[in-house]
Amino acid sequence: MLARIVEAAGIPTVIVTMLPDLAERFGLPRIVGVEFPFGHPFGMVHDREMQKTVAISALSLYERTDLPVRKDLRIVWPVDWKVAYKGWQPKEAAPIVAYLKNQVLNKHRKTPD
Amino acid sequence: MTRADDDFRIDGYKFLPRSMIPEFKAFQYQAGDFPQAVAKVLLKSARVTLLTSSGLYLKNRQQSFDLEREQREPMWGDPTYRVIPRNIGADEIAVAHLHLNPDDVVSDFNIALPLEVFAQFEEEGRIGSLAGSHYSFMGYQGRSSTAWRDVYGPELVTRLRQEDVDLLILAPG
Repeated sequence: MLARIVEAAGIPTVIVTMLPDLAERFGLPRIVGVEFPFGHPFGMVHDREMQKTVAISALSLYERTDLPVRKDLRIVWPVDWKVAYKGWQPKEAAPIVAYLKNQVLNKHRKTPD
Repeated sequence: MTRADDDFRIDGYKFLPRSMIPEFKAFQYQAGDFPQAVAKVLLKSARVTLLTSSGLYLKNRQQSFDLEREQREPMWGDPTYRVIPRNIGADEIAVAHLHLNPDDVVSDFNIALPLEVFAQFEEEGRIGSLAGSHYSFMGYQGRSSTAWRDVYGPELVTRLRQEDVDLLILAPG
């Protein structure tokens, strides 16, 4: 949404995203895909080399004219998947998650046997 | 059709909660004509601004994003933004986001808003300049919010124009 408004104003954007398929479906013009846990688009804490690699990839799309363009990075997240999968998630479920769970539970309670 | 430099594709669902994968994979969107701005200057002359939606803010001088209201109204997310100056210290950072664990961003804000990385690029001449102002939003916006489209998106554009920004790099949380 924000990228659309900025591009419409004549300012190029690049998105660095963990969901590049979604960005592509939206039609964003310059996409960098990273296979990182959510909340870590530029990489690991205090890993400046990884962060620079991602940033340079983003910059490399700026002058491209063959749009839309997408570049997925071959950086492997160096943490065990189970640990990383849980680690980025909030300690308590977000309100919408709890709300939707309650809706499902209430629906089951109302459904006659 | 989106061009790719090679056939390599990441697994964009690798870290997504398993229960959310079907919804994301099934998501259909009529892209229509997504606007495409072109670069007007070379990268080495470009002024770059960064934008995060990780809910980052400056704890001693800015209000947090309104998480209390989101707790009361789960279909609502705070649509406002915070202006983050290019020179901030790690001890100034806080994160307000109910959908992410904030610990790593608080440890090193560069994983979401790599100001130190881009300051180095400016020094090296890789980019023209790093803008003075950068932007933090909170990425959860509920199902039907129009505030980004109608209010805060246009404000962002005004600010980018005021600073003569040539490139905005967005990194969702």
